[in-house]
Amino acid sequence: MTAASLTAARSFVATPVRPIGSVEGQRAFAFRQAGKRFGDKTVLDGIDLDVPAGQFLAVIGKSGCGKSTLLRLLAGLDRPTSGSLTFGVAEEGHSRTRFMFQEPRLLPWASVVKNVEVGLTGIASGAEARQCALDILGEVGLADRADEWPSVLSGGQKQRVALARALVGHPQILALDEPLGALDALTRIEMQQLLERIWIAQKFTAVLVTHDVAEAVALADRVVVISEGRIALDLDVPVERPRRRGSVELARLEGKILDRLFG
Amino acid sequence: MSFSTRLHNNAIGWLLPALVIAGWEVASRAGVMPANVLPAPSAVAEAFWRLTLSGELIRNIGVSTARALAGFAVGGSIGFALGLANGLSTLSRGLTDTTLQMIRNIPHLALIPLVILWFGIDEEAKLFLVALGVFFPIYVNTLLGIQSVDPQLVEMGRVYGMDRRALFFRVILPGALPAIFVGLRYALGIMWLTLIVAETISASSGLGYMAMQAREFLLIDVVVLSILIYALLGKLADSLARLLERLSLGWHPAFQNG
Repeated sequence: MTAASLTAARSFVATPVRPIGSVEGQRAFAFRQAGKRFGDKTVLDGIDLDVPAGQFLAVIGKSGCGKSTLLRLLAGLDRPTSGSLTFGVAEEGHSRTRFMFQEPRLLPWASVVKNVEVGLTGIASGAEARQCALDILGEVGLADRADEWPSVLSGGQKQRVALARALVGHPQILALDEPLGALDALTRIEMQQLLERIWIAQKFTAVLVTHDVAEAVALADRVVVISEGRIALDLDVPVERPRRRGSVELARLEGKILDRLFG
Repeated sequence: MSFSTRLHNNAIGWLLPALVIAGWEVASRAGVMPANVLPAPSAVAEAFWRLTLSGELIRNIGVSTARALAGFAVGGSIGFALGLANGLSTLSRGLTDTTLQMIRNIPHLALIPLVILWFGIDEEAKLFLVALGVFFPIYVNTLLGIQSVDPQLVEMGRVYGMDRRALFFRVILPGALPAIFVGLRYALGIMWLTLIVAETISASSGLGYMAMQAREFLLIDVVVLSILIYALLGKLADSLARLLERLSLGWHPAFQNG
């Protein structure tokens, strides 16, 4: 964390009022002219993105457009080669950003509850950690599977354990890298609803990278389209929750995004 | 699988050896198998009883087992430590792996003449040979196990804030364990093999020595008895390794039903 980011920490951002926000008006994180190069290949270039706390942001783009790199910068897995990334709550930064991967990435040799406890590394341990883990497992509907091995769970259940692991430490920012991509269509919708419900309850900032435009408009407050390393479209989704899948409003927004992607 | 079915399956495994022994006894009694080629199982059992009463058998088994375990402990721990070091550090691997791969290709039993010149026929000779024999399967499989740990899990551990110690004990070591057990079972086989050869060539006690002495006095029943005891000890060591495997790899799909 640089000195610049500390001074930027408490600045307010002029954005429309969000339906949900734990610290209304505060910024969760901001990219300023951020870029990332690997060798002489520019993956991200001049990204300006201001995200208020509590917002559900979806990032869409064709594969290879740099959307996953954006997420890796956010989670501290990579560093920007130019520009900056600052966090709203400076003293915590990366450590309160949790990452949910495309694959569940559960430890096969640890029970379901032990896997969730991984999310409390450095936060809690022992009986306290177990209790927190059991509580969150209850929220994702897997309390009765706590002592089983991950290998006996279905794909959707594994991803729910991964979600529990990401949420158990009460992150301020949850970065999701196409976590529902490998699930079947029905399990996917179930998981989207679960994710939305927990997001409303816990009020964290969610950044969902996806290639599914319908998923993005169903879940997000705001959709950002990335194309060739730049932000090509930044669109608010001013639709009341609970949202009805396939409604005209969502379809219109979906059309607009698809036009931008392929237009 | 329930306990009784497991017992049942184990019993099936012993059926064939029992049938072979019964057939052998019948052949010996019928005179098909001359006693100076292969004594009857009952004669071997008699030899077993005789040597047990004299205390000679127990003493020799004890001596051999102690040698085997000591050599295993030395070679196994060095192999394990180097496997870990080379799996975790590219510098360490760069420094030692080429040398180790060259040494690995020398059959360790080819060193027997040299070892006798160095150590005579004392305990050190046997310990050295067993340790050397056990070292490589443990080293190679520990290294392989660590290298094959899923890098996605390691990345997950880092993202979730595990320090190096937590990463090692919670992600890397458990991930390498299945391969390490494969190495352990190989090593146990090589442990007995090496010890028997070493004791047959140069020893003044132990099972191999007992067999060689028996040959001098044409006590073929004792020779056969020694061979059978090797088979049993080998099986015992393997069963122990499998038990450990089952206890520590309960998470592995391959062990969840067996």
